[in-house]
Amino acid sequence: MIELKETTIEELKEKAIELRKAAVTMVYKAQSGHPGGSLSAADIISALYFKEMNVDPANPKWEDRDRFVLSKGHVAPIQYAALALRGFVPYETINTLRQYGSPFQGHPDMKKCPGIDISTGSLGQGLSCAVGMALAAKRDEKEYRVFAMVGDGECQEGQIWEAAQTAVKYELDNLIVFVDYNRLQIDGTTDEIMPLQDIEKKFEAFGFETKNIDGHSMEEIVAVLDEVRGSTNGKPKCIVANTIKGKGVSYMENVVNWHGVAPNDKEYAQAMEELAGGLK
Amino acid sequence: MSVTNTPVAKKATREGFGDEIVKLGKENKNIYVVDIDIGKSCKTTAFMNAFPNQHVNVGIAEQNGAGLAAGLATTGKIPFISTYAVFGSLRMAEQIRQEACYPNLNVKIACSHGGLTPGNDGGSHQAIEDMGVYRTMPNMTVIMGADYHSTRKLVEKAANTYGPMYLRFTRDAVPMIYDENEEFEIGKAKQLKDGKDVAIIANGDTVYLALQAAEQLEQEGISVKLLDMHTIKPLDREAVVECLEIGKIVTVEDHNILNGLGSAVSEVVAEEGKGKVRRIGVQDRFGESAPYEKLMELNGITIENIVATAKELLN
Repeated sequence: MIELKETTIEELKEKAIELRKAAVTMVYKAQSGHPGGSLSAADIISALYFKEMNVDPANPKWEDRDRFVLSKGHVAPIQYAALALRGFVPYETINTLRQYGSPFQGHPDMKKCPGIDISTGSLGQGLSCAVGMALAAKRDEKEYRVFAMVGDGECQEGQIWEAAQTAVKYELDNLIVFVDYNRLQIDGTTDEIMPLQDIEKKFEAFGFETKNIDGHSMEEIVAVLDEVRGSTNGKPKCIVANTIKGKGVSYMENVVNWHGVAPNDKEYAQAMEELAGGLK
Repeated sequence: MSVTNTPVAKKATREGFGDEIVKLGKENKNIYVVDIDIGKSCKTTAFMNAFPNQHVNVGIAEQNGAGLAAGLATTGKIPFISTYAVFGSLRMAEQIRQEACYPNLNVKIACSHGGLTPGNDGGSHQAIEDMGVYRTMPNMTVIMGADYHSTRKLVEKAANTYGPMYLRFTRDAVPMIYDENEEFEIGKAKQLKDGKDVAIIANGDTVYLALQAAEQLEQEGISVKLLDMHTIKPLDREAVVECLEIGKIVTVEDHNILNGLGSAVSEVVAEEGKGKVRRIGVQDRFGESAPYEKLMELNGITIENIVATAKELLN
């Protein structure tokens, strides 16, 4: 077993800032990519990669590792930032996002990048893969857990609910699903495009144990992970994380257009300056 | 090779899958079956009863079944997704592309009701595009055995060969051609007859028709080379090139004539720049409820038409 050192909440907050800087830098250098959803997911990613998940950067395919499935694969930059900061790849890899030969493909590619447990990018599909991994752990009587992150817009895909019902059927209490509920998608707000209704109640109705947190409060993220750790109640977990798309960069926050646009020189400088000052 | 002389016994090739997967599941605990509700029809019930810990049933949710299988495969399992060909190809095509082919995971899709064999179910259930769909996906292997025994052998080979694969079976009973000791290799055509006047390349349930046609042609003094091209991808290019010494090829398949066996063979022939091909198969049209034999007749997938087409090529 690989034990992570105890990481304090303050340290996790600092890591979340570093992750944001790295993700924005990647997208800026590539002049391509998805900053908005990367920033909304940053705090959860920090807690997972710097505290919660049992992973080994020196042995990324270690069979007893916890798995992470980024079902909303387009926010790869935030996961890549974590992989770079944890040492799965050299830190300089952040300069190669979306370039020919880079492990940092436009969307996560398990064949090219160490630490990616499944290739994703086509929305709605990752949760099914996570269910397969969690089921394998149960069948093999292994202790590892599977963490998945799905987008809110992605929950418009029917396959998410096919996967959800299967997780409940097979009593996958080793599966923890985060919904990055930032309420925006490419064409507008989720309410305008396709209302999600009460996403937490939907998962609850499917049979999940659900939680609802502020996805930018490290205290709440850590607390909810403490709560679900070691659960043997037979219920998969769904944590609805209320987040802000673009969180940490003022001009990106809650702005639909920052879904998949790269900052220019001036915008990048401002972003770095704001992030240096921490989360507001 | 040894060919049973007077084939009378018939068995659906889905039975071959159902029997072989039980044997494989016993030998290898990593073999899984992912059912999509229709296990009874796809002949996986014996596996489910024997190895409940290696069995999953996701209900009527093909896309999820494909993704779940990919997740299992990342942990070293060898999942066989079992459903009907029309759903196992088209309903989950994108999931298989993204989560099995793109990351090159060891996921097998094992489908009954291939081609026109689900005759009375009607056009909605007849899979005429499936092999073509999967033939265009990188990393994918596409296989259809001709009879019960060859299907068993090919399922065994598939389980022991890494990579995403699509295996297609018949709903209906088809004549037994091979004996149980015949060996098969994925990607290697099986030569049933050697001849010098015309080559016939068939696969799946049409191999028996081609064999009957070849024998009829031989009785008329026409020498036939006959190949069972059970794997259409990777295609046994060498075997096709050898047919070009004859230069006249008839392909036969229970699949749309577009993008199946006939197309694969034609690509080689065109690239080699010599030889002529005539494609027998589903005439780029949907089927309807009818007996399987009637649908085959409507599309010209018959012994008579194979004979006539071979003769036309010779003239």
